Amino acid sequence: MTAPALDLVGIAKSFGPVQANRDVDLSVAAGTIHGIVGENGAGKSTLMSIVYGFYEADAGEIRVKGRPVRIASSRDSIRHGIGMVHQHFMLVDTLSVLDNVMLGAEGGPLLRRGAAGIRARMAGLARDYGLAVDPDARVGDLGVGLQQRVEIVKALLRGADVLILDEPTAVLTPAEADGLFDMLRTLRRQGVTVVLITHKLREIMAVTDRVSVMRRGTIVETVDTAATTPARLADAMVGRRVALTVARSPARPGPPRLEARNVTAIDAHGVKLLDDVSFTLHAGEIAGLAGVAGNGQSELLEVLAGLRPLAGGEILIDGRPVAPADRAPRALGRLGLVHIPEDRHRMGLVTAFEAAESAILGIHREPRFGRGPFLSRRAVLGDMARKMADYDVRPAAPRLKTANFSGGNQQKIVLAREMEREPRIVLCGQPTRGVDIGAIEFIHRRLVALRDRGVAILVVSVELDEVLALGDLILVMCGGRITGRRRPPPGAADDPAIVSALGLMMAGVEDGTAGAAEP
Amino acid sequence: MADAVAAAALILASSLRLSVPLIFACLAGLWSERAGIFDIGLEGKMLAAAFAAAAAADASGSAAVGLAAGIAASLAFALAHGFASIDARGNQIVSGAAVNMLAAGLTAAVGNAWYGQGGRTPQLTAPASRFGDIAWPGAEAVRAVPVLGPLYRDLVSGHDVLTYLALAAVPLTAFVLYRTRFGLRLRATGENPAAVDTAGVSVRGIRYAAVLIAGVLCGFAGTYLSVGQAAGFLTGMTAGKGFIALAALVFAKWRPWPALATCFLFGFLDAAAIRLQGTVLPGIGEVPVQAIQALPYLLTVVLLAGFIGRAVPPRAGGIPYTKER
Amino acid sequence: MLVPLLSVATAFLAGGLVLGAIGVDPWNALRELVGGSLGSGEGLGFTLYYATDFIFTGLAVSLAFQGGLFNIGADGQAYIGGLGCALVCLHGGALPPWLVIPAGIAAAAAFGAAWATVPAVLQARRGSHIVITTIMFNFLASTLMAYVLVNLLRPTGDMQAESAAFPPAAIVPSLQSVLAAVGIAAPTTPLNLSFVLALACALAVWVFVWRTRTGYEIRTVGQNPQAAVYGGISPARVTVLAMALSGALAGGVAVNEIMGVQGRLLLDFTSGYGFVGIAVALMGRGHPLGVVLASFLFGMLYQGGAELAFDEPKVTRDMIVVVQGLVVFFAGALEGLFRRGLARLFDAGLRPRDTGETSLPPRVAEPGGEIP
Repeated sequence: MTAPALDLVGIAKSFGPVQANRDVDLSVAAGTIHGIVGENGAGKSTLMSIVYGFYEADAGEIRVKGRPVRIASSRDSIRHGIGMVHQHFMLVDTLSVLDNVMLGAEGGPLLRRGAAGIRARMAGLARDYGLAVDPDARVGDLGVGLQQRVEIVKALLRGADVLILDEPTAVLTPAEADGLFDMLRTLRRQGVTVVLITHKLREIMAVTDRVSVMRRGTIVETVDTAATTPARLADAMVGRRVALTVARSPARPGPPRLEARNVTAIDAHGVKLLDDVSFTLHAGEIAGLAGVAGNGQSELLEVLAGLRPLAGGEILIDGRPVAPADRAPRALGRLGLVHIPEDRHRMGLVTAFEAAESAILGIHREPRFGRGPFLSRRAVLGDMARKMADYDVRPAAPRLKTANFSGGNQQKIVLAREMEREPRIVLCGQPTRGVDIGAIEFIHRRLVALRDRGVAILVVSVELDEVLALGDLILVMCGGRITGRRRPPPGAADDPAIVSALGLMMAGVEDGTAGAAEP
Repeated sequence: MADAVAAAALILASSLRLSVPLIFACLAGLWSERAGIFDIGLEGKMLAAAFAAAAAADASGSAAVGLAAGIAASLAFALAHGFASIDARGNQIVSGAAVNMLAAGLTAAVGNAWYGQGGRTPQLTAPASRFGDIAWPGAEAVRAVPVLGPLYRDLVSGHDVLTYLALAAVPLTAFVLYRTRFGLRLRATGENPAAVDTAGVSVRGIRYAAVLIAGVLCGFAGTYLSVGQAAGFLTGMTAGKGFIALAALVFAKWRPWPALATCFLFGFLDAAAIRLQGTVLPGIGEVPVQAIQALPYLLTVVLLAGFIGRAVPPRAGGIPYTKER
Repeated sequence: MLVPLLSVATAFLAGGLVLGAIGVDPWNALRELVGGSLGSGEGLGFTLYYATDFIFTGLAVSLAFQGGLFNIGADGQAYIGGLGCALVCLHGGALPPWLVIPAGIAAAAAFGAAWATVPAVLQARRGSHIVITTIMFNFLASTLMAYVLVNLLRPTGDMQAESAAFPPAAIVPSLQSVLAAVGIAAPTTPLNLSFVLALACALAVWVFVWRTRTGYEIRTVGQNPQAAVYGGISPARVTVLAMALSGALAGGVAVNEIMGVQGRLLLDFTSGYGFVGIAVALMGRGHPLGVVLASFLFGMLYQGGAELAFDEPKVTRDMIVVVQGLVVFFAGALEGLFRRGLARLFDAGLRPRDTGETSLPPRVAEPGGEIP
C-alpha cells in the first residue's frame, strides 16, 4: 500500500480568540476523491488554507506522501505538488489566460521563452483531460465556469498531484457542476488525488470515494462514501440533531401583501441573475426560499428591498405596483417593508459604531430619536437599552462597540431594529447564519410570533432545515429561476419524500409547480 | 521658413528638456502604482534627490557622485514609504504626503544649516560637477541643411546624458513590464496580490522592488534638476513637477509609451508658457500664461471624470496586502 | 489617547535628532520654542493666531475623513475662499457696514465649498479619485488666483500682485482691540476674532458630526458605504455634502488671514496651511477637540520656531515642516503599527476590547473611491 497523498496530524489554528481548527487528523489516500463536508464556519476553508500555505498552523504536522513537510507559503505547497482552486478565484481579470497560468511558473526571466512551452502543455491538458481554454482570452471576459477551469489548469501545470477544491460548485450551475465532477473523475483516473470541500451532501455522494465530516473546527468522522447516507452525514455535521422545529400553528394567510411578477434582474455584464421570478406572499404567512447559495436568492432579496434595479417585471405591495420612485430602502420602509440583510457585517450593521448607533441605521430620521436635525443621545441609548432587554442581547451594553458582540447578539440587534419598526412585510436573509443554537431558537420564535400577528415574511436560507422549519410556503430557486413550490404540512422536515423533492428542485429540476401562482 | 523651423527646433528642444524630469518621475510612479503602491511622494523624492545631488556634486566636484547621492537620498525616502505602505500597512496617501513634507523641510533646513545661503547649495562651477551637453557628431556641420539641420543640431544632439537616459528608460520600462517574468508578477500584484501570493511569489518582495525602482528613477529626476538643468539646488526647485508627473501618469493610464507622450506634451505646454510670457497676440491680447500652466491639471481632471476615455487605476492600488483575516 | 501621544512623541524625538544632526542642542531649542510661543503675551498671541488657521484646515480635513474622504485640497479651497471674501470686501460698498464682515465670511465659506464640491461631484457621479482631483484642484486654484490677482484685481500701476486694501469695515477686529474695549491691555498681535470663530466651528463640527442625523449619515458612509445604502443613505449625496462643508471650513483661513490680518488679497496667503491641516487632523484623530489641541501645538511650533530661527542662525522655519512631516508619518502612515503594537502590549493581560479609541474610517485608506 502506498503512503497517503496527504496526512494531517493534530492541526490547530486560531484567529485571536476564535479557534478555527483544533486537533485535526486527516488522511487522504492517493488517487482518490476525498470529500470534506461541514456547515459554514466548521473550519473547512481554514484547514485547506493551511495546507496551501496561506495561513500557517499554530500546531500540528503536515505529511505529503509520507514525508513530513513544513509549509510556510504557497510556494512550499506548490513544490510538494499541492494545488488549490480557491472559492474566490485567484486570477487577475485584466490579464490573459496565458499570463494567469504562467504567473509564478514563467519558466525563465523572459516571458516569450516560457510561453511556448506553456501553450503546448495547455494544449496537452485540453487533449487529455478536456480542459480546453483559449490562452489568449482575457480572464475578466470569461464566465465563472471557464475561470474555474483556468484555476485547475494553473494547478495542474504547476505539477500538482493533490488538487484541493474549495466549494467549487458554489458558483456553478448544476450542469456545470456535473461537468466539473466528470473532470474530477478523469483526473482521478490519471492518478491525481482530489480533495473536495463542500457543504452539499449531494456532491459528496455523487463523486467522492471517502468523506470526512468537520464540525466546530475538527474532524468528527471519516468514512467510505459507499458506506454512509446523506442523513447520517447530516447528523454528523450538526452533531446532535438540532430540533429546528419551532412550535407553530398552521398559518392563516390573509390578503396578498407582496407580489413579484415576472421579475428579471441582470448584472453589469448583462447576465441574467433573476429570470422571470413570480410569487405571492400573503399576510400572516412565512415563505421560505431554499436553494444552493448563489442561485439568485441574494439578488431577489436585493431587488425586493430596493437595493438592486429591476430589469423587467413588477413588484406589488398590497396589490398596488410599487412606483420606481418608491423602490428605495427609505420609501419601502414607509410602505411597511423591512429587510434583515444576509450579511450583517457588510450591510446590516456598522461594526465600528456603538451598538446603539448601529441600532438606528435606517430609522435614524424618525422623530422619536431627537428633535429636528438633532439626534438625542438619551433617546438613542434608551431605545437600545429597551430593545436589548426585549431581545436578550448580551451584554446589555448600548455603548459597547458593535464589533465586540458575538454573531448571535449582533443578529439580535439587527432583528430588534427591524422588527420593532412594526413592519407589514419582512424580508429576512440567512436569519441564523453564524448564530449559536440558543439564539437560533429565539430568532425562529420571534419570526413565527410576527407571522401570527399578520406580518408577511420571506425567509431566505441556504439551510434547508431552516426553510422547512419556518416555511408555510416553500419556494426553491436554481439558476435565477423559481424551480418549484410546496405547501408542506408542519413537521415535513423529517419527511424524506419532501426533502428529496426539494433537493431535485434545488438541482434545477422543475416539477411543474415552478410557474404556478400557487400550488 | 528656415527661421520657423529653427524656432520650432528650439521650442521642441526646450520642451524635451522640461519633460526629462517628468519622464523619470512619471515612470517612477508607474512602477510603484502598477505594483499597487500609490505614490504621491514623487515630488518629495525628487526634491530630496536634487538637494543631495547638488550637495554631493559640490563636495566631490563630480556629477556622477552627485547622481549617486541623489539616488541614495531618493531611495531612503522610497524605503520609508515602502515600509509604511507594505510592512506597516499604513495609508499610502498619508505616507506620500509625509514624504513630500519631510523632503521640503529637510532639504531647506539642512541646506541652510550647511551652507547658510537660505537653503541654496553653492553654485556648481566646475565643469565636471555637472552633466554637460553631448554634441553629436556633425551637429555643427549639418547646421545649414534645411529643416533636418536645426532639428538634428538642437533636438537630437546637444543634451546631457540624463536626457538620453530618460528616453531610454521608456522602452526599457515597457520591455520589463510586458515581456519579463518580473513585469508580469508586478502587474499582477497591482491588480490582485492574492493571485500572486497563491502562485508562490512574495507580494512583499515585488512591492519593495517596485518602490525601490521608483526611488531610483526619482533620483535621476531630481539630479537632472539640480546638476543637469540648473547648476545647484534651490529650495522648492521641483515646483510641483512631481504632481505634474502624477497627472501625466493618470493621463497615460499607467502605460509607459503614453507616459512619454504625455510628459512631452506637458513639457511642451511648459515651454510654450515660458515663451509666450508677455506676448501680445492680435485679437486676444496678452496670452494668459496661467491658462497654459493650468492645462495639465485640467486635462487630467477631465480625463479622470471619464469625459475623454476612462482612467482606471490598478485595482489593488492603495490597499495594503494582508492574508490573515 | 495613547496612540496619538506615542506617535507624536516619536515624531518630536525624530525632530530632535534632526536638530542634533545639524549641530543644534535640541534641549535648548525646545526651551526656546516653548519660551517663544508661550513665554510672553505676544508669543501666545502669535501662537493662537497660527492655531486659528490650523483649526480651520484641520477641521476641514477631519470632517472629510469622517465621511471616508481624503481632502488633500484644503489649501486650494482656502485660497479660493480668499477670492470670495475679497470680492465681497472690495465690492460690498452697498452693504451696511455691520453686514460686510458676515458677508465676507459667508463668501469665503461659499467659495471654498464650491471649490471642494467639484471634485466631490466628480467622485460621486463619475468615480474620479478624489485624492488626485483635489491635488489637481490645488494647482488649478493657484494658477487661477495668479491670473486673477495679476490681471484683474491688481490696482493699475501697482507692481505687487495683490488686491487693493479693504475698507476698514471689512477688517475683522483684532483681539487686542476687543480686549482694550473691556479694559484689558494686550500686546499687538495678528490674533483676531477669527480665533473665536474657529473655536465655534470646532464646537459646531462636533455637534454636527456626533449629534445630528446628517452627521450620523456622514459617519455611516465613512465607515461602511454599503450599510449606508441599506439604511437609505445616499453615499453620493453625503460625499458632496461632506466635501462642501470641508471646503467651507477651509475658507476660514481666508477670514483669518485676508480679513483679519492682511486686509487685502495676496498671492499664496495660505502658505501650505491646508497641508498642516492634514497633520493636525491625523494627530487629532479626526475629532474636533483633538484638532484644537493639535492646532495649538502646531501654533506653538510655528511661533516658537520663528523665534528659534531668529536666535539660532542654523535653524530656519523649515524645521517646522520637518516636524510636520514627521507627525504625518508617525501619527498617520505608521498609525496602525503603533496601534497594533500597543494592542499586543495590552493583550498580555486583557482580552482585546474596545479601548474607546476613536479611529478614522477605514475607507480613508482606500483608493478608487468606489461608491455603490
